[in-house]
Amino acid sequence: MAIKLTMSGKFMTATLLPQVLGIALFIGLWGLIALTSPNLPGPIKTWDSAVELFSNPFYENGPNDQGIGWNILSSLQRVGIGFGLAALIGIPLGFMVGRFDFLDKMTSPIVSMLRPVSPLAWLPIGLLVFKAANPAAIWVIFISCIWPMIINTAMGVRQLPQDYLNVARVLKLSEWKIFTKILFPATLPFVLTGIRLSIGTAWLVIVAAEMLTGGIGIGFWVWDEWNNLNVEHIIIAIFVVGMIGLLLEKILVWLAKRFSY
Amino acid sequence: MNTLQKYVLAENVRMSFDTKQGKFVALENINLRISKGEFITLIGHSGCGKSTLLNLFAGLLAPSSGFMFCAGREIAGPGPDRGVVFQNHSLLPWLTCFGNIHLAVERVFGATESPLQLKQRTLEALALVHLSHATDKYPHEISGGMKQRVGIARALSMQPNVLLMDEPFGALDALTRAHLQDELMKIVAATQSTVVMVTHDVDEAVLLSDRIVMMTNGPAATIGSTLDVDLPQPRDRMALASNTHYHLLRSEVLKFLYQKHAKTAA
Repeated sequence: MAIKLTMSGKFMTATLLPQVLGIALFIGLWGLIALTSPNLPGPIKTWDSAVELFSNPFYENGPNDQGIGWNILSSLQRVGIGFGLAALIGIPLGFMVGRFDFLDKMTSPIVSMLRPVSPLAWLPIGLLVFKAANPAAIWVIFISCIWPMIINTAMGVRQLPQDYLNVARVLKLSEWKIFTKILFPATLPFVLTGIRLSIGTAWLVIVAAEMLTGGIGIGFWVWDEWNNLNVEHIIIAIFVVGMIGLLLEKILVWLAKRFSY
Repeated sequence: MNTLQKYVLAENVRMSFDTKQGKFVALENINLRISKGEFITLIGHSGCGKSTLLNLFAGLLAPSSGFMFCAGREIAGPGPDRGVVFQNHSLLPWLTCFGNIHLAVERVFGATESPLQLKQRTLEALALVHLSHATDKYPHEISGGMKQRVGIARALSMQPNVLLMDEPFGALDALTRAHLQDELMKIVAATQSTVVMVTHDVDEAVLLSDRIVMMTNGPAATIGSTLDVDLPQPRDRMALASNTHYHLLRSEVLKFLYQKHAKTAA
């Protein structure tokens, strides 16, 4: 018991204290700036607004006025679908690009050229092809997820240690066994890195995409509240987006740790 | 051809690599006949191509010219009839000790035996190297010496015609190495294995081998001399320490390595 107490005491001073101090300083600074700028709501005003907002997160008042919960869920759904489709195509493609040199040389100029393009630039193409806002937003997420997925998976396959391949060669394993027993488990940590980067980018991009496409979603909500000049809600949205992003990252890091050797 | 006499065979083997500086001849004029049940060590300075020769026997490399046979068949690529023990164990980290060996057992006997028999074989291989207690452990949970024993068990579990070992104990500390050498002697005696082992350790070579193949320095390395180790089996390292014939053989190898073919300072 005594040991446990000192352990938690150590945790308090070493980890918790600086974190709390940092947040307090941040809020203090924000309050100070808010005092000098009358248009920017301070921490207390924002907190009151947040309490009210989250007291009823799932109300429905017509298509353009829904609770913040619904907005968050529909953004997460778009990210989920766009990411899922990108994984479905990007991971197998990454395996093939990594395994076959010819395919690597074929795809690498295209990937290198398209990767630095902001995924939002693809939004008009999505609108043109799908003729609807929602699939266009999913399309943007798909584009932002596909590159890290292909690149990281291919890198994992390429960096497969020669030792493991030698084992496969001396045992003369079938291609299927090589894939299930060597290639896939060896590449899994890289695939998970790709997933983490993809989700991170997707969550960044969804806010901007929804601002442009409208409908329901956290990005549109921010834009809507800007039109209503409800700045407290915009600040709340920033925190919410940040916290969900952090949560997604934590889950994926935990997942990656479980599958690293 | 009398396969009993020439179980593993290399004839006029030459190995050259294409490098940026042009052709590099690693091995030339290699002729070696290994009988069934013989324990051969390849010894030489680093860079003499002894590992290259082992990889040729394994089929991981193909000779530039010349012929190589194993059990009367030409070596064309790697195969489970030749068990390889790698220098750095090369266990798959996501499989348990059992899983690593089972992968090999399944590959060789999967078509002819029941799952229960495959499991039995795997457990027997683990028992052979005294690792029954580590069956469900992952490679990162066991010591370097234990990993190497799993590697040996994996190679032996396939019941290969020949066991090829590439400096299997090179990365281990002296005490663990001695322990594993003793164990290997017992295993080889029990299984009547044919072994080709690469080493740079003179004591290891004399202790374990029936014949020591001494290689000249590269480039274009070849077999400089062979030495029959006519010490009686089973051998005991303590008894050999005071055996004059052992010391004579040992000094023969040392003479070859440090007088006739001393490595010029790299």
